[in-house]
Amino acid sequence: MDFQWLQSAFGGVMIGAAALLLYASAGRIAGISGIVYGLAQGDAGRGWRLSFLAGLLGGGWLAAHLVGTSASAPLPTTATVLTLIGAGLLVGVGTRLGNGCTSGHGICGLSRLSPRSLAATAAFMAAGMALATLLRFTSGG
Amino acid sequence: MTERLCALLAGVLFGAGLVVSGMADPERVLAFLRLGPSWDPSLAFVMGGALVVALPGFAWLRRRGRPWLAPAFATPPSQAIDRRLLLGAAVFGLGWGWAGYCPGPALVGVGLGHWSAATFVAAMLVGGLLTARISR
Repeated sequence: MDFQWLQSAFGGVMIGAAALLLYASAGRIAGISGIVYGLAQGDAGRGWRLSFLAGLLGGGWLAAHLVGTSASAPLPTTATVLTLIGAGLLVGVGTRLGNGCTSGHGICGLSRLSPRSLAATAAFMAAGMALATLLRFTSGG
Repeated sequence: MTERLCALLAGVLFGAGLVVSGMADPERVLAFLRLGPSWDPSLAFVMGGALVVALPGFAWLRRRGRPWLAPAFATPPSQAIDRRLLLGAAVFGLGWGWAGYCPGPALVGVGLGHWSAATFVAAMLVGGLLTARISR
């Protein structure tokens, strides 16, 4: 896979600006897992949560069709279905226990200089890299 | 109304940023998380780019004291670095390193009509809501 640091950095600036906009206006943390669970549980702030998620899907769709860089989807095999279900469960349980994911801890938390988010980010980066690297040897990829 | 419009705009910018940066492509995420000779460091620049904007921005906002449209900034529920936080983050990391999806990019994948992302999000919701029920 080709190295594309400039495009990645530019996308990162957009993400940072988005997190900043939500915090500056509504005073809210742009943590995707928290926003989703809040909505699913019927917490307060249904309006801004729904608006943000609608924008997230719409903005992703627009960018994919304008820039032409569509996210690749794996072919449906039993192995990938099991992987997706297993990984989805882990991500669901983990983000709930740890109160956040890549966006809430990794972007917003670090920007707020939260020691808690720094610890969480170190933990999920280490675990993610460990498993992905390990699976590379078992799958031959 | 204004709050919803700002949230919508922030969402659009966030979702577009995930696609432009490459975060929405699970293959690229895995290429970043798989250390070794074919390591692709691109995604380190996503966090770098985001922090370049957000670090000074958040610092400036907190000095201003309050957001434009709400009485106060939301504060996270807990401050402690405890076992629950570290265990949760590690479990999340395992799921992320397994399929290459974290919550934001997976939702963007649903919007793109990817069955894989929809499968992942369904499992994620089940895991998250069950955990909330059990741990409460």
